[in-house]
Amino acid sequence: MTAPGAVAAGQALPGLLDGLDLIRADFPILTRTLADGFPLVYLDSANTSQKPQVVIDAMVDHLERHNSNVARAMHQLGAESSAAFEAARDKVAAFLNAQSRDEVVFTKNASEALNLVANTLAWARGPLEIGEGDEVVITEMEHHSNIVPWQLLTERKGATLRWFGLTDEGRLDLSNIDELITERTKVVALTWVSNMLGTVNPVAEIARRAHEVGAIVVVDASQAAPQMPVDVVASGADFLAFTGHKVLGPTGIGVLWGRREIFAQLPPFLGGGEMIATVTMERSTYADIPHRFEAGTPPIVEAVGLGAAVDYLSALGMENVQRHEEAITGYALEGLATVKGLTVMGPTTAHQRGGAISFEIEGVHPHDVSQVLDSRGIAVRAGHHCAKPAHKRFGVQSSTRASSYLYTTPAEIDALVDGLEYTKKYFRVG
Amino acid sequence: MDLDSLYQEIILDHYKNPHHQGLREPYEAEVHHVNPTCGDEITMRVHLSRDGGEPVVADVSYDAEGCSISQAATSVMTDLVIGKTVPEALAVHEEFLTLMQGRGTVEPDEERLEDAIAFAGVAKFPARVKCALLSWMAWKDATSQVLGAEALRTDRATADAETKEQR
Repeated sequence: MTAPGAVAAGQALPGLLDGLDLIRADFPILTRTLADGFPLVYLDSANTSQKPQVVIDAMVDHLERHNSNVARAMHQLGAESSAAFEAARDKVAAFLNAQSRDEVVFTKNASEALNLVANTLAWARGPLEIGEGDEVVITEMEHHSNIVPWQLLTERKGATLRWFGLTDEGRLDLSNIDELITERTKVVALTWVSNMLGTVNPVAEIARRAHEVGAIVVVDASQAAPQMPVDVVASGADFLAFTGHKVLGPTGIGVLWGRREIFAQLPPFLGGGEMIATVTMERSTYADIPHRFEAGTPPIVEAVGLGAAVDYLSALGMENVQRHEEAITGYALEGLATVKGLTVMGPTTAHQRGGAISFEIEGVHPHDVSQVLDSRGIAVRAGHHCAKPAHKRFGVQSSTRASSYLYTTPAEIDALVDGLEYTKKYFRVG
Repeated sequence: MDLDSLYQEIILDHYKNPHHQGLREPYEAEVHHVNPTCGDEITMRVHLSRDGGEPVVADVSYDAEGCSISQAATSVMTDLVIGKTVPEALAVHEEFLTLMQGRGTVEPDEERLEDAIAFAGVAKFPARVKCALLSWMAWKDATSQVLGAEALRTDRATADAETKEQR
């Protein structure tokens, strides 16, 4: 069975990346077959992306030929490793249109990046200090990693946590923005693209309002950085976090970008090697950004892999990647609309929407949906996707999420739609 | 991948028509357990009765939300433990646990596990074992709460009696 609206063989869907077959050939894992000979249909890229050969090779090459610690080693390999690590910082700075390479700090992941900001704000004195009566504003569609650090901060400081609610369509409800963002607001933290609903939020508009009241803006770009051009200056953000493994890079590395004027005011996060200027037994002075926030041996080979990953994305062109995502997402939304009993949570058109599509099927639990799909080689995610409040908002406990990326083909979406029809038959619903 | 070994008819039947569902009175302990990775939740009440001898599982009632495996496991568990003494029910629990942790190598005993033998296939899917065990863990927790509270009361009674004797 073929999904209605399926693209006939040889007829391309407008907006797809040129040479999609060649691009797919860059990703060795995409040729894998799974149990019972089913080819892998990987629709879990919002969870983690697959890696192109160039990223794998860059990391292997570094380990085979240049491995050494950075900054501390005075020998030739030390110089090569330091150069490779710092070159990765340059690449990420360029990828984000950062005004200075020093504004890019490498972390363990996006969660650590967000926790870095929330923790150092708890310790800050002076203009950034947060105290009783102050407010932090987040949204109901955040990933837990952009909720919990702010709960911890406001609890510790006696401040108040407030949040934007969601509309039934899964967009931010901005109708009460002037009541939410007030003179008391010290921080507005929000996701650029929802990992559950797919919604793209008007970050620049909200940042403008936040800056009018003197609040700082923290943007979780974990889902935005993989699929759309991210210009930190145009975004209006003061801090922006994303993780390496969702942008074709390895796990174990994340990025925190911060606007220099504010970033340089934050006190240290972790203390240790490389983050100091000088240490005596009584006191220490600290390095300037970025090294102030990179205590200990950093994720070196991971940075090299991330550098190769953002270079790969830049070579494809993030505008082209975004167009591809929009085309595939639109095609997937059309296909899913043909499945009776299926409800999409979040916007039902590809406009201002990312590639993560969460849905429920009446009568079949998401776990069971993903289990049956997995038996046909189709990898999706089932659960609350670390966004329990957003699920609660839509009256569900969990959902099934299919998420595409730049290597996803219309044929894979057809396989998903067929797989869902099969799932319904298996569980005798509809 | 053998889907049918996971989703046995018995499991799907219990999923569609769960036994002993709903929250009932009386009960001595109520617990709420969640599976944090997937969000499955269960609220369970346990009622034990005692006619002199071992405590007997008089009723297990619940309100649960979750996948077919977790829902069916709850239904089957209530069938298995209600009417048994606590030590008997705990022995069945141990046997089910061994089956679930056996990665598909344990041959289940139908005499003792009844419908729960259908979960033998689940043991081959490590990601789903937790689903099958959620309600069992909740039952064990609730039961030990009841017995713990009873033990506490008995201890106190004994202590009171001893104090009286000393007087």
